Amino acid sequence: MKCLTTAIALASLSLLATQPSSAQTLAGVKERGQLICGANGTLAGFGIPDPQGNWTGFDVDFCRAIAAAIFNDPAKVKFVPLTAKDRFTALQSGEVDVLSRNTTWTLSRDTSLGLDFTAVTFYDGQGFMVHKALKVSSALELDDATICVQQGTTSELNLADYFRSHHMTFKSVTFATGDEALKAYESGRCDSYTTDASGLYGERLQLADPGQSVVLPEIISKEPLSAVVRQDDNQWSDIVRWTHFAMVDAEELGVAKANVDEKKKSDDPEAKRLLGAEGQYGEALGLSNEWAYRIIKHVGNYGESFERNLGQASPLKIARGLNALWMKGGLQYAPPIR
Amino acid sequence: MPIISPIPLQGQVRRPRLRFGLLAVQVGLAAVICVLICAAAFNVAQNLSRAHIASGFGFWNNTAGFDISQTLIGYSANASTFGRAFWVGLLNTLVVAALGIVFATVIGFPIGLGRLSSNWLVARLSGGYIEIVRNVPLLLQLLFWYNAVLKTLPELRGSLRLPGGAFLNNRGLFLPRADFGAPFAGAFIAIVVAVGAAIALRIWARRRFGVTGQPVPVVWPTVALLIGCPLIALAIAGVPLQFSELHVSRFNISGGVEILPEFAALVVALSIYTAAFIAEVVRAGVLAVERGQLEAAQSLGLRPHAALRLIVIPQAMRVIIPPLTSQYLNLLKNSSLAVAIGYPDLVQVFAGSVLNITGQAVEVIAVTMAVYLAISLFVSFLMNLYARGMSIADY
Repeated sequence: MKCLTTAIALASLSLLATQPSSAQTLAGVKERGQLICGANGTLAGFGIPDPQGNWTGFDVDFCRAIAAAIFNDPAKVKFVPLTAKDRFTALQSGEVDVLSRNTTWTLSRDTSLGLDFTAVTFYDGQGFMVHKALKVSSALELDDATICVQQGTTSELNLADYFRSHHMTFKSVTFATGDEALKAYESGRCDSYTTDASGLYGERLQLADPGQSVVLPEIISKEPLSAVVRQDDNQWSDIVRWTHFAMVDAEELGVAKANVDEKKKSDDPEAKRLLGAEGQYGEALGLSNEWAYRIIKHVGNYGESFERNLGQASPLKIARGLNALWMKGGLQYAPPIR
Repeated sequence: MPIISPIPLQGQVRRPRLRFGLLAVQVGLAAVICVLICAAAFNVAQNLSRAHIASGFGFWNNTAGFDISQTLIGYSANASTFGRAFWVGLLNTLVVAALGIVFATVIGFPIGLGRLSSNWLVARLSGGYIEIVRNVPLLLQLLFWYNAVLKTLPELRGSLRLPGGAFLNNRGLFLPRADFGAPFAGAFIAIVVAVGAAIALRIWARRRFGVTGQPVPVVWPTVALLIGCPLIALAIAGVPLQFSELHVSRFNISGGVEILPEFAALVVALSIYTAAFIAEVVRAGVLAVERGQLEAAQSLGLRPHAALRLIVIPQAMRVIIPPLTSQYLNLLKNSSLAVAIGYPDLVQVFAGSVLNITGQAVEVIAVTMAVYLAISLFVSFLMNLYARGMSIADY
């Protein structure tokens, strides 16, 4: 009996003592020898494995950049495909180190999930795709339409807002994954499919006959997409945030994959600070001073990653638009490295 | 008598006497389990707040803001709360489960009996159905039915027009709504009278059987009463039933009742799948009745049908009910596969959209599990009551 009581007391103590692993994400990643990155898995242009099984995409490149900064090797990433529904839980529970999966930054997500959004990697907005045969040319003509949408997304909420504010009605059919929603749209279950405009371009190409669908001109929401980390580790959120800033700064300074070695030896003080030839900026982040050099060397600057995955060099052909540098009329602007 | 009765003989049950020490151990154990559960809950709450994750049920009354495709109670994305969304999802689950249980039983019983049939074709067909359906995963069957429904039906503009003004297309089945006029009250009263008369007939028949030993037919007169009385009432008062007109617009058919393809696919898949298991349960139950019982019935001169109805099935039911209950519970739980085809059941709405928008996984999953547990316990309770009614007391 005494033995039993002791056992129970010990068990309850151990229950009480259980704590979530906090802070020191960087140390954990280094010890493991690889970064674990939550990615989309089905979204062309952002995160999808190619036919050979290599992960490609804009969000994927971002994780490779973090891995390059830490390990000097962009291949030291394990990608975990996550649905919209599972993504935050996977990050909260420590299953992934960083979430880089076309995720919209909102106030409620920032405050109630115990997570931090680092920096806007892509300025997006929600759009609609419709069957060409419907001869619809504007979202305002969609009154009474049936719309397929992925659940657990801001798209699901914006949809209801948009139709309400325009005094229109609609019927939604919601699916757990974007793939299922797209398939239902394709089979004619819905008149329209809605998600972020960038996603529409990618998913339209996955249809059996992309020519039978058109993307409508309306953009009904602001969707600033950002990488996400747990809130309890400032060092780690700094690393992720500055990985993006370094890529943007590199584009601004004209530092690219091809000329990174030259630039490192050049007289440009800003480029030298960025690439670790001057100052101890990398060590302040807990990385090597060559951190940004490694990112550019292995992955490239922001513009290179954009063009390769989303822009003119990709099947998606998305214009830079809001994602052009601030000097060129866009919104991408990074604080200086000094 | 080798018949095993699940009810032990009255008066012979030895109840374990509760000694004080034994009682103390039990109370102590219960208290320890309580403390452990409380400690775990407290620990979770602490860890959540340490990780700056919102906790509690404050979200319950916040505006949901998302739309649901099938709502049996009033719901709107702009005005309704997460709590309301929970009830919508729960009702959708209950409707699918209830219909699935009815259909699975109606399909499963004849097939189970059919497999025992002396008719070669009937027995083989039943056996084939069971083996095929039972051995293909339910999720695949569900996707099959959903795609079969979606892919084969025409689009909205090419809707099939069914007799009676209904439409069928890949958005669902659109039926005119029946509007009942005032004389329907008469038909309703007639139904109440018919039910009363049927109950009276049954009581009288049983009493007469007890006294004279002569069976009085009950089933057919009951059916005649239930159908005949309302018909007579309607014939006297005239038929006031009117059907609403359906309006076909550019994107929609409105003004009637709508059955979604997701709903239809889920009910069909669950019914067909569970029916195969119920058929096997029924077969096992019938085979468990001793052959001597049937032979005795035959030697008493009972016709095969009467022997089945009066001798075999009542005894088989005692064996059938416990596994049948399990199958009903499986069907209820399997209904959560709705997620795969976008039917807004409890898991899809509450543990899907609500969880993701609020981010409160622990609370939402705990509530969802508690609800499934409660429904399952309630179904078990009802089936236990039924089992008690069906049990044969040995004297």
